[in-house]
Amino acid sequence: MIRPQDLLCPRPEGLYCAPGDFYIDPVRPVDRAVITHGHSDHARSGHGAVLATPQTLDIMGERYGAQFAQAMQPAEYGEVVNRDEVEVTLVPAGHVLGSAQAVVRWKGLTMVVSGDYKRRRDPTCPPFQPVACDVFITEATFGLPVFKHPDDKDEIARLLRSVAQFPERAHMIGAYALGKAQRIICLLREAGWDETIYVHGALERLNALYERHGVDLGPLAPATTGRKKDEFAGQIIIGPPSALQDRWSRRFPDPVAAFASGWMQVRARARQRGVELPLVISDHADWDELTATVDEIRPGELWITHGREEALARWAELHGVSARALALVGYEEEDED
Amino acid sequence: MRAFAELLDRLSLTPSRNAKLTLVRDYLRDTPDPDRGWALATLTGDLTFDAAKPTFIRKAVEERMDPQLFWWSYDYVGDLAEAVALVWPMRPGANREPELSEVVEALRTATRAEVQRLIEGWLDAMREPRERWALLKLMTRELRVGLSARLAKQAAADLGPVPVAEVEELWHALHPPYEDLFAWLEGRSEKPTSDNPGRFRPVMLAQAIDEAVDFAKLNPADYSAEWKWDGIRVQAVNERGVQRLYTRTGDDISRTFPDILDAFHEDGVLDGELLVMRDGKVATFADLQQRLNRKAVDAKLMAQYPAAIRAYDILAEGEDDLRTLPFCERRKRLEAFVERQHTPRIDLSPLQPFSSWPDLADLRAAPPEGDPQIAEGIMLKRVDSIYEAGRPKGPWFKWKRDPFLVDAVLMYAQRGHGKRSSFYSDYTFGVWTPSPEGGRMLTPVGKAYFGFTDEELKQIDKFVRDNTVERFGPVRSVRAEPHAGLVFEVAFEGLQRSGRHKSGVAMRFPRINRIRWDKPPREADELTTLERLLEQIEAR
Repeated sequence: MIRPQDLLCPRPEGLYCAPGDFYIDPVRPVDRAVITHGHSDHARSGHGAVLATPQTLDIMGERYGAQFAQAMQPAEYGEVVNRDEVEVTLVPAGHVLGSAQAVVRWKGLTMVVSGDYKRRRDPTCPPFQPVACDVFITEATFGLPVFKHPDDKDEIARLLRSVAQFPERAHMIGAYALGKAQRIICLLREAGWDETIYVHGALERLNALYERHGVDLGPLAPATTGRKKDEFAGQIIIGPPSALQDRWSRRFPDPVAAFASGWMQVRARARQRGVELPLVISDHADWDELTATVDEIRPGELWITHGREEALARWAELHGVSARALALVGYEEEDED
Repeated sequence: MRAFAELLDRLSLTPSRNAKLTLVRDYLRDTPDPDRGWALATLTGDLTFDAAKPTFIRKAVEERMDPQLFWWSYDYVGDLAEAVALVWPMRPGANREPELSEVVEALRTATRAEVQRLIEGWLDAMREPRERWALLKLMTRELRVGLSARLAKQAAADLGPVPVAEVEELWHALHPPYEDLFAWLEGRSEKPTSDNPGRFRPVMLAQAIDEAVDFAKLNPADYSAEWKWDGIRVQAVNERGVQRLYTRTGDDISRTFPDILDAFHEDGVLDGELLVMRDGKVATFADLQQRLNRKAVDAKLMAQYPAAIRAYDILAEGEDDLRTLPFCERRKRLEAFVERQHTPRIDLSPLQPFSSWPDLADLRAAPPEGDPQIAEGIMLKRVDSIYEAGRPKGPWFKWKRDPFLVDAVLMYAQRGHGKRSSFYSDYTFGVWTPSPEGGRMLTPVGKAYFGFTDEELKQIDKFVRDNTVERFGPVRSVRAEPHAGLVFEVAFEGLQRSGRHKSGVAMRFPRINRIRWDKPPREADELTTLERLLEQIEAR
């Protein structure tokens, strides 16, 4: 009898696949790694061989330099790759550009490692694709019933109403540099915002990378000190979340601090960070998406990697799916920087 | 309801006064009657209904979802209304979101049981957590969005625009949803009549005098002087059987001070200082605080802390509006009026004769009854000034007495809000106390976040960043040792004993008077300096 833990089991380095001798999203350097997506807590440098989507490899190269691993193997979505006796397939996760679930098959047993994912439309990446499996290994970053992300179009409309209401002020959006920033820009373009969007230097390389991969971001310009303060009145500026309260923000006229994150659902979080306009836009599944996904896939077993495991585990048990919290360490609450 | 929810949501996170004004003004402009009127009444606190208790809503949630999952959610969010708004498990069926006016009218008229059923239905109909949050805040009558009633009235006045004083004077003649007010502000009808008895008259305020500039231009003979009393400015109205006591912003505090209102025999409107007075002698501000912010008072409290008005102006007498008379004429009417009431609950703020500005400076240096707490300084009023709402430049000045000063050491700095969110702008400072080891240590005595220029703020911010010892969220502890640290000269208006402060003293209105870049922390003051000052104040 084959047990799931014979195929994948948690180790301090990350989720380990013994029959294929590789780790998925290891938090320490290992010989062989499969990387689900380019966020730095999942994609680290210094591994021997790395298997990932071409986009993710490109993102890692941009972040860590071309020599971030000894060998890189790109795998397109849906392409079957053999690692010893194990078949690995990368399937869209809908999280950010290049993000994938790792589908691992061995001796008739199918396990899916979701990585980080969401179920909503995202103009910068293909949508999450559910795969039937024996064990579904999910994240639970927003695994509490309080997290119900509103329609991102409504959030963008609120932002644009504020821009119209305060034409003398700049609107400064804190957004995670990989994925969130580019999604916000695309959503603004879809909402009809054709103006130049000013960006913090930390976003420039990733913006260029997205454009190379065919994501059109429209007119962008660096938010440099060379400009007069007044020139930013009525404009939208995007920077990493840490820049919101940084001295960097002083170059803008009376900026409205906005922050695009799922955490902004909770008012105390917004208040703590001095956010005036919270935008509840997340690249993670909210509670309803997490539970609907489990319901749709109906795995034999649910494993939960990181986030608020206990609530999702309880929900699964109440709904007849046996669940287990892996308590993997090293994956940060994104957007917390 | 959605627009109102968005307004509350934004107000609760917007720190700047001007931005709040814009948000409320735009909402009032863009929202139709009667919703905007109900919203205005909500913001000014003029909407009355029995607040529903949030406990029933908790029960309703737990009937719909696993109580353990709800408990984790509540524990994470920390606020019951917000947690319920976020987790609310909607039942299908309801599909039309209620208008604000529907909600308000139901809250005003329905029974408690009906309200509970209605609220569940509304929560089901609302798509966004933000709306559900606003509904629950409204239901419990705890908005806490950081907006004063006056600012809400200012936003309404801006629709005209008309001076806010006009709206304030009308206010107590108006009733929600204020359709007549909006019709007037938008030029669609005549101004509503404000001739209702017991109404609030907007107050006249004084400019702070600039000693270096103003005295040279002013003739002492044009002004009369009196003490500036350290109480609460109030307006007492006795008019055609209606008795009201208002704060200077028009808040009705009549219920807290029945003893004062009972003392009126004649119709009139007085402007004066609310004080606790025993046998004609003013008690401390701390005594007055025993009477403020109470919902109900009893005979015992009134006997223990007898309140009185020290009157300094009269705005109406009988049927006559006196506000267009010059100050000297009003003063004569006031003196006669107070005399006729003949009660210890109303007395006169005496005029202080003087012949020259140096003469007045001497008087200011020697406050009455030898007590620096009683009078905050001197008021100067032009003898020919009419009573004009707002803060006109020229007719009235306040000349505050010099503040107390202490040299204290910066210990902690916290990030500011709004425009100052990238600056460490809130400072906790301390003075030296004996340490258990026999040396000296710093003990916090207060917190200040103004008194410095923008340029100085940048310099202090840099100092804080360069001398951080530890970080706790938005707070940094700053190097503060005998030979290294930053000394502030802190100015403050008074001192009180305080059990809440480790140092045992609390300052009134502390602010940074000067930054002593030149002074080493070891030369800052000791707590004994403040304790001696407190003893002097109390030894009256």
